[in-house]
This record gives sequence, structure tokens and C-alpha cells, in this order.
Amino acid sequence: MVNENLSVDLCGVKLSNPMIPASGTFGFGIEMADEFDLNVLGGISLKGTTREPRFGNPTPRIAECRSGMINSVGLQNPGIDVLVNEKLPALRRVYGGAIIANISGFSIEEYEECCAKAAQAPETDIIEVNVSCPNVHNGGMAFGTSASSAASVTSAVKKVCGEKPVFIKLSPNVTDIVSIAKACEDAGADGITLINTLLGMRIDIQRRTPVIANKMGGFSGQAVFPIAVRMVYQVSHACRIPIMGCGGVASAEDVIEMMMAGASAVQVGAENLRNPYASKEIVENLPLKMKDLGIKDINEIIGVIE
Amino acid sequence: MKESIFEVELNEKIAPRTYRIKLKGDTSAIEGSGQFVQVSLPGFFLRRPISIHEYDGQTLTLIYRVVGEGTRMMCSLQCGDTLSIITGLGKCFDIDACRKDALLIGGGVGAAPLYELCKELCAQGKNVTVILGFNRKDEIMLAEDFSDLGAKVIITTVDGSEGTKGFVTDALSLHNINYDYFYTCGPRVMMKAVCERIHTGGEVSMEERMGCGFGICYGCTCNTTKGPQRVCKDGPVFKKEEVIW
Ligand SMILES: Cc1cc2nc3c(=O)[nH]c(=O)nc-3n(C[C@H](O)[C@H](O)[C@H](O)COP(=O)(O)OP(=O)(O)OC[C@H]3O[C@@H](n4cnc5c(N)ncnc54)[C@H](O)[C@@H]3O)c2cc1C
Ligand SMILES: Cc1cc2nc3c(=O)[nH]c(=O)nc-3n(C[C@H](O)[C@H](O)[C@H](O)COP(=O)(O)O)c2cc1C
Ligand code: FES
Repeated sequence: MVNENLSVDLCGVKLSNPMIPASGTFGFGIEMADEFDLNVLGGISLKGTTREPRFGNPTPRIAECRSGMINSVGLQNPGIDVLVNEKLPALRRVYGGAIIANISGFSIEEYEECCAKAAQAPETDIIEVNVSCPNVHNGGMAFGTSASSAASVTSAVKKVCGEKPVFIKLSPNVTDIVSIAKACEDAGADGITLINTLLGMRIDIQRRTPVIANKMGGFSGQAVFPIAVRMVYQVSHACRIPIMGCGGVASAEDVIEMMMAGASAVQVGAENLRNPYASKEIVENLPLKMKDLGIKDINEIIGVIE
Repeated sequence: MKESIFEVELNEKIAPRTYRIKLKGDTSAIEGSGQFVQVSLPGFFLRRPISIHEYDGQTLTLIYRVVGEGTRMMCSLQCGDTLSIITGLGKCFDIDACRKDALLIGGGVGAAPLYELCKELCAQGKNVTVILGFNRKDEIMLAEDFSDLGAKVIITTVDGSEGTKGFVTDALSLHNINYDYFYTCGPRVMMKAVCERIHTGGEVSMEERMGCGFGICYGCTCNTTKGPQRVCKDGPVFKKEEVIW
């Protein structure tokens, strides 16, 4: 009997399987090391990190929605130096798979500095640049909402990341995702991660107040899956670089669907919060589902939808 | 922590909008009082954090107040229904911090987790006084349960329909209670007033909206004298001095 091949390649980084917990929904990986052997995961994307430590937004930061949730964590993190000096080495001690450092910034200089430090860390395999943050030098407009600013971040960080692959993680809160993805590709991005959260809001009708202290936050979870599949499909047809598909993934079937849309690897976010073993269970179910569908090598389905 | 399936053995109303649910299942991950569980309810995306009211080798008992859609759904659960629950979450009350005489102060449904704590303290041979604060007489719950454990129980009601009229802090002034350490759980304003009023050491059980409940999402952060802490993982029990109100 031939076993199904689950391994995939992201710009030369080999993953034993395409499953990656998404940034912000798996801490710095080590928090979960006592729960299951992290080595079953193809990769781990770490909590978004900035130059300075950040407390993040006021609470409440979480709101429940039908088939999803809103978060307004506001990039709480201990800062890039703690990531590089403590978190990355601690995770590498227990984990041999692909470590993805997720970087945020509020200026091009901050992105450069943080990406440079993350790329120099021997434990980092891939840099994922979250361009959904507001640009403090440009009236708070998110970098990822215009093709030109997304491209400027891309070319700036590409210069400081050496040989390490740089994935730009795009925001879905845009009119034309394809033009932004293409601008990143043209600016030298090695890959694209899609999608970050959608801007959402809930109101407590009894108290007549927003549920989230910051009023609005990022909506994600199962409800956003069709939007994510659509965006991955659109971008994969317009760009040549690999895509990490993300948004609403909750099962092995979803992973397969996302890969058929064009993703080379798949991230699971909010589902990890309701089920701490979601990523592990998906990895376990994937070969069974592949067998059902007659898929011998997961690579054969990447982008099969024309 | 452990995720497993629990079966409903009992789900009864004990006060207006307040229910006691007894669940049968694997309680091996539970370390002690002060911890909470994350209950998955069919049809709801996020789990509901509920404190442990009581547990033993095979059963887990929770007390919950119906405040929204999830808890409303919970009170319709029948015997034999099953639920996925994550157990063993959060830090316990530090029962060794009390030398001899403990004061437990609960407001409303905040009384629930103090019951298991009271059991643990009594088992160590400590003297326990419990002040329970409610709005009205008909909301009073658990008073007899605490007495049965051997604790001295003082009731306060805001409208004076039973016990001391006023707030739990009014009972502190009226009664001459002997204690060297306190534990409190209830509305934030009540716990703040208690911490300002009492000069011995003590612990509070904090509440915050949660994403995961097991420390990976930073949804539940509160600022403390030790810096940002996760209510779910670094708490929910904090030392009085740590809390920044
Ligand atoms: C550590 C901890 C222990 C708790 N222990 C108890 C207990 O023993 N008994 C009890 O009755 N209640 C307890 N609560 C509060 C309980 O979690 C909420 O009342 C419950 O989640 C409300 O759910 P709902 O669907 O009815 O309300 P909705 O308002 O419809 O819920 C919407 C969302 O908000 C969250 N939410 C709403 N209110 C609260 C709240 N006060 N705290 C945290 N999350 C909230 C829900 O979990 C859900 O994700 C505890 C909370 C925490 C954090
Ligand atoms: C609690 C929470 C925190 C997040 N933090 C980050 C972050 O720090 N950086 C980032 O790039 N994305 C962050 N995200 C977005 C996720 O990585 C993911 O792109 C998004 O949630 C969509 O996937 P999902 O539907 O599976 O959750 C966060 C999401 C959640 C739910
Ligand atoms: S609720 Fe996720 S870290 Fe506390």
C-alpha cells in the first residue's frame, strides 16, 4: 500500500504537511507543547510581533458571532527582541517543522528592523509580513489597503531578509485583492498569505454599546471560508508565487478545498480557539480524506480549479 | 487541560435565572477550586467559561446564571445530553495562604466557586466565614450548603429583605469577623470595594471575555502589577496586590 504524500514545498522550505496554525491563534507555539506533539504540524505561524512590546487594545477584545468571532487583541506581544531571544529558541527545542515569524509594524522602518531581526534568527524558516496594520505616517491607512504601500513594505523587507522567504499577509478589506497581490509579487514577495480578518462589529442591544471596547475588530472563523477560498482562487490565478490559504478552515475537507483553489499550504485560525486540537485532528484526517477522494499526492490538487 | 465529553445528570433551577448542572465525565485534569471549565454549546462558536462549583472523581457541578443566548440554551439541556468540556483551566485559589481563619466573600453567582474552596479549607481544619451578597431575598442561594460544610454564613441583601441590609462591605463593618486571609468572587465593583476595605492579604477571581480560555489568543488580558496577564491562564485567581482596578 502506498501512503498518501502530504509534504509540500514553500519556496524551498519543506513542510511535512500543509497544515499551519495561523498567527495569533497558537501563541508562540510552546504554550501548546504539553498538549500534543507539535511535530505533527507542517508549520507554525507565531503571534504577530512588533518592535516594542505592546499591551494591545482595551478589553473586551472578543465578541462571538454566528459561525465566527471578532477579535480586537491589538497585537499584544512582547516585542521583537523577546521573540528572537526567547520565543524562537524555546519553540525550536521542541519543534522541527517550519517556524513562521509573523511581523507587524506601524512604519516601513519598523517592518524593516523587525523583519531583519527575525530573518537573522537561525530558527526562522519563513517571514510572514502582516500588512493589515495602520501606517502612522499616513493618517493610519493600513499598508495593505493600497497596492503602492503594500509594495513599498514588500521591497523594503525583501532587502533585509536575505535568503529567507518573505510571505506578505494581505487584508481582505480591500476592493481589489488581485492588484495588491500582484504589486507585492512585482516588489519581490516570495509568497502571499490570504486572508487576514474582515473588519466587523457587534452591538449589545441591551446595553446599547459595542461589544468590543475598540468598537470594531477582525471577524474570522468558519463564516469567512467562502470569501477566503474566493480570494485564494483569484490571487493564485493572477500570481505565480505560492499562497498560504487562511480563513475559516475547520476540517480536512476545507484544507483540500482551499488547496484546490490554489493554496500550497493552509492555515487554521479561530478554530484553534474552540478546539485546541483542531490543527492536529485535521492533519490526522487529511490522509483519510485524500484516500476517499483518490488523491495520492496532495501537490496534485494545488490550484486544480481553473 | 483536557477536552472530553460530559453527560448531563441534573440541570435544576436553584434561584431566579440561576441553575445547577451536574455533569458526569473525566475530571482528572481538575486541580482544585478557583479553576474553570470551557463548555461547548451546540450552535455556538465560542465556548462558555464557567467556574467549578464542586467536583469529585466522576462528576463536575457548575452553577450558572442565564444572561444571554448561550446560558439560555444551557438551561434547556436534559439528562443524558452530552457536552464537550475543557477542564483543568486556570490557576487555583491558594488555600495554604490562609493560616487559620478564612473569609470568603461572594456576590451573586460569584458564590459558586467559593463552595469548592470552602470544602478544601474545611478539610484542612480551617475556620471559614462566608459573606454572600444578593439583591433580594429570592436570589439567595447556597447559604445552607456552606453552613452544612461547617462555615459561618452571613447574608446581605441590597433591599434588606433578608440578613444585613446593604452590601457585603456593610457586613464587614457590622460583624466582628476573625480572619487572616480572604477570597472573593463576584462583580468587579464589589471585589474592588472588598480589596480597598480589607487590610489582610487576599485573592480575587477575575472575569473577562475569552477567546480560547487556555492561553493562546491574548483575548482576556488584564493589566496587573506584574504586567499584562491572561485571565484564563495566569488567573482567573489573582493576589489582591496584583490587581490594578
Ligand atoms: C473565569 C470565568 C468564570 C465564570 N464562572 C461563571 C460561573 O460560575 N457562573 C456563571 O453564571 N457565569 C460565570 N462566568 C460568566 C459566564 O462565562 C458568562 O455569563 C457566559 O459566558 C455568558 O454566556 P451567554 O451566551 O449566556 O451570554 P452572551 O452575552 O450571549 O455571550 C456572548 C459571548 O460573550 C461571552 N460573555 C458574556 N458575558 C460574559 C462574562 N460575564 N464573562 C465572560 N464572558 C462573557 C460569552 O462567553 C460569549 O462568548 C464566568 C466567566 C469567567 C471568565
Ligand atoms: C485572536 C486572533 C488573533 C490574531 N492575531 C493575528 C496576528 O497577530 N497577526 C496576523 O497576521 N494575523 C492575526 N490573526 C488573523 C489570523 O491569523 C487569520 O488570518 C484570520 O483569523 C483568518 O483565519 P480564521 O478564519 O481561520 O481565523 C488573528 C486572528 C485571531 C482570531
Ligand atoms: S482567552 Fe485566549 S489567552 Fe485567555
